[in-house]
Amino acid sequence: MPDMEATPTEQGQAGTQASSTPMFELDRVQKSYPGVVALEDLSLRFARGRVCALIGSSGSGKSTVLRLLTGLVRPDRGKVRVDGKPLTSASLQSARLRLGYVIQEGGLFPHLTAQGNLALQPRYLGWTQTRIAGRCAELAELVRLPVSVMQRYPAELSGGQRQRVALMRALMTDPPALLLDEPLGALDPIVRHELQSQLRTIFETLDKTVILVTHDVAEAAWLASRLVLMHDGRIVQDGTLADLQRDPASAYVRRFLDSARRLPEASA
Amino acid sequence: MMRRFIAAMGMALLAVGLARAANPQPVRIGSKAFTESVVLGEVARLSLREHGLSARHRRGLGGTRILWRALREGDIDAYPEYTGTLVQELLPGMRANAGIPVLRKRLRGLGIGITDSLGFEDRYALGMSSARASALGIATISDLRAHPRLQFGFSNEFMDRDDGWKGLRRAYGLPQTQVRGMDHDLAYRALTRGAIDLTDVYTTDAEIPYYHLRVLRDDRHYFPPYQAVFLYRLDLARRAPGAIEVLRQLAGRIDVQAMQRMNAAVKLHGRSETQTAAAFLDLEAPVVSQGVAARIFQRTREHLVLVGISLGLALLLAVPLGVLAARWRRLGHAVMALTGVLQTVPSLAMFVFMIPLFGIGAGPAIAALFLYSLLPIVRNTHAGLVGIEPSLLESAAVMGLPARVRLLRIELPLALRSILAGVKIAAVINVGTATLGALIGAGGYGQPILTGIRLDDLGLILQGAVPAAVLALLVQGLFEGLERGLTPRGLRRVVPG
Repeated sequence: MPDMEATPTEQGQAGTQASSTPMFELDRVQKSYPGVVALEDLSLRFARGRVCALIGSSGSGKSTVLRLLTGLVRPDRGKVRVDGKPLTSASLQSARLRLGYVIQEGGLFPHLTAQGNLALQPRYLGWTQTRIAGRCAELAELVRLPVSVMQRYPAELSGGQRQRVALMRALMTDPPALLLDEPLGALDPIVRHELQSQLRTIFETLDKTVILVTHDVAEAAWLASRLVLMHDGRIVQDGTLADLQRDPASAYVRRFLDSARRLPEASA
Repeated sequence: MMRRFIAAMGMALLAVGLARAANPQPVRIGSKAFTESVVLGEVARLSLREHGLSARHRRGLGGTRILWRALREGDIDAYPEYTGTLVQELLPGMRANAGIPVLRKRLRGLGIGITDSLGFEDRYALGMSSARASALGIATISDLRAHPRLQFGFSNEFMDRDDGWKGLRRAYGLPQTQVRGMDHDLAYRALTRGAIDLTDVYTTDAEIPYYHLRVLRDDRHYFPPYQAVFLYRLDLARRAPGAIEVLRQLAGRIDVQAMQRMNAAVKLHGRSETQTAAAFLDLEAPVVSQGVAARIFQRTREHLVLVGISLGLALLLAVPLGVLAARWRRLGHAVMALTGVLQTVPSLAMFVFMIPLFGIGAGPAIAALFLYSLLPIVRNTHAGLVGIEPSLLESAAVMGLPARVRLLRIELPLALRSILAGVKIAAVINVGTATLGALIGAGGYGQPILTGIRLDDLGLILQGAVPAAVLALLVQGLFEGLERGLTPRGLRRVVPG
């Protein structure tokens, strides 16, 4: 399968000796849950500064990839590498501090205000109040949230506001990587559309390694240059939308794309 | 003037200090939770005081086992006991009719001394109304054989015990067939109304003179002797010289009529045990100490100490235990099972189990309440932590926060509501259960309840029961307020989205 992340032009700014090492790497990973094989001998690399979307229907194993990269689950076989170093219990903590993570429902802590959620990690890292407040204001502008929203609790926010705060929280310490697991999955179509546009701008501005898990191929194509289509724990095809459309690796690819074409945003 | 006053005060303080140094510890008298025992305890205390010895009386400390253990462990120095009880319950292997010299020899090995008989026996006996007994010419139990139609009404305990009715019938060959079991107090009333002809009594019952009963002579010596004595620790001779002498001098001074009168004074005429004992010793009746309000206040303080300390300690252990239980499932099962078992121990038994470890008084009561408080708090801490949305735990983990920070900043706050509910349950249960503390000398609201039950004094029972109920409601309200106050706005229900 094509190794898409190796395009040298994308890595200009990274520019260090580490630039050839992928940000994340799964090396012949197998993972099964009781009774189900979630991933079957899977190898996948994610280059720095690129936006990649993992697509596929539920149960395809795309979320398991994120869970392996965040260390929430361990592979039964094979290796997970972050920054070229294997992910071990010793390196887990520092690896996690270098990524932001957003899940479908936001994962905001209901007992803390938006502000409290944002301050959690920086406070642990010893940031001053001023620095935290400054960063909050900066990010609020980036995701276009009024500052007044910051004093509200998650239950008092709309779905779109919640996901924006969750994104801010993931970006607080400016980590080099952003892992998003169906971040817009629970939103109504209009808010979703609006946030998709914003996310694209944000990804373009921030230059981060982004891995987006979604079952919506249109959203994936809108936000990511590289699509990885998964099915039954294997990679079916890995390429641009054009690759998938022009040269589908199997009938399943065509069926998956066909199912998406009916969505109104698909032509955007 | 002022200077002289200060000098006098100094002298007084010095005198008190010297007295303290010479006699550092008062003689501690115990008594069982029935009127006669408490009166005898007061007799001992007042006699000791009369002889210039300081003495304290922990009154109404539950049953024989508790007193015996407290004496053996050195939590009390002396208490009134009966020779029959010693033989039957406390010194296994003694002959049923062992006399006091034999008992004295046996007790010496345990470091315990025994006085001679105080002058009366309190044992089972059979009583009939004097008039009827005279009419039928009955003076002894053997005389009953000639009257097979007599109706007997016995207390349920007497009916059931092997050494009660069953043995008595065999020993005397009694022919009566109309024999019923009934409540002891009802039996007295049935007797006066003529519904029954005879019942079992204790020889010192206040009711014997009150209802004009004749106690039939046990001419075959079926009932074992129950001579009243004082038991004391032999080391008291060293710690409070002269105290043992005072107790010994009480021997032979109280006859059965005197004891009946004292029981009657308390149970039938509403005199206090202290007044009764003082009258018997021909002493000035001590000034009645406290009003009802002051007494309730003191009980409240004692009760709050029991509940507060036990609950505080339980919190310190139960929350960490709940956290561990939520972390490691297998340990969790073990912890839950253990605290669950603790919860099933009957509360009275739990209090008594604590005596060998903590003596008598507030200590063992706090320990027992502490153990009872564990389960609700552990269970609710565990449930609160286990019930947290897994995605939240994962979000926290992926933020790279160490376990300690996650626990303090995220998991415990999210479980707070459940934990507080557990603490509330424990506190309310504690307020109720602490009333049993009075049985082992811990004071609190149980004291008036216990005394009230003993004296059949509803007012006294209410003096304990009402404040206990009010306190339980207050505690419940307090924790509900706390719950509202401590729950962040974001966790309260019904927030319009």
